[in-house]
Amino acid sequence: MSLRTPLGKVLGAGSAKSGVQHWWMQRLTSVALVPLSVWFVVSLLSLPSFDHATVVAWMSGSWTALLLILLVLVAAWHSQLGVRVVVEDYVHGAGARTVTLVGALFAHTLIAAAGVFAVLRVAFGAAQ
Amino acid sequence: MPPRPLSPHLSVYKFKYTLTTSILNRFAGLALSMGLLLLVYWLMAVAGGAHAQARAARLLSLPLMKPVYAALVVAFCYHLIAGIRHLVWDSGRGLERAQAKRSAWLVAWVSIALMLLIGYCVWLGGARAP
Repeated sequence: MSLRTPLGKVLGAGSAKSGVQHWWMQRLTSVALVPLSVWFVVSLLSLPSFDHATVVAWMSGSWTALLLILLVLVAAWHSQLGVRVVVEDYVHGAGARTVTLVGALFAHTLIAAAGVFAVLRVAFGAAQ
Repeated sequence: MPPRPLSPHLSVYKFKYTLTTSILNRFAGLALSMGLLLLVYWLMAVAGGAHAQARAARLLSLPLMKPVYAALVVAFCYHLIAGIRHLVWDSGRGLERAQAKRSAWLVAWVSIALMLLIGYCVWLGGARAP
């Protein structure tokens, strides 16, 4: 018979104190993505053409560049959180799951960094 | 330790609208992840200069990319509207069975209307290559 109280057991092996973090960040990013993604689709649709000069002129606007960076960052974050749940649900086996999760995290980080870099490069006039 | 239950057992559930709306949202999200990859590829091409963008445009304007863009528009509209439904749920509203059934139909119709609107704008824009 164990003399440990139920509270003592729970305190020893309880939550990792970050259980709600994933859920909450997924909600926050989705709230942010509603206006960001609608803005992106509307401004993409209102571009007169997609040739280089037009796109560069569009992306060089301060607000456009800023919002594009936010869009890429928040979308990559939201996507990473979503892909993570899918992997956790469908990829069985600890090894395969860990490799897939780490791979997805690295891929999302690369995508976010590349997107920010590309927008900054255009916005600072280095895309000739 | 007994083997833990594996989630989700897609094959043992009766196919109902709850399952459909949920799995469609997931597929749409995954499609949009691919769309983000495509967007960043395009941004990198623009940042690489006029030549790099022209090279990327050759790939991005292939006829077989059209269904990809169409799928992305469908995924975007559905994920946006279904996502707003989830946010409403998170506020504790609309969780009754009848309400959820109604909002499932609402999501379907509103996202289809949004798809048609975007499709119409693209069509209005004419043959603009990305």
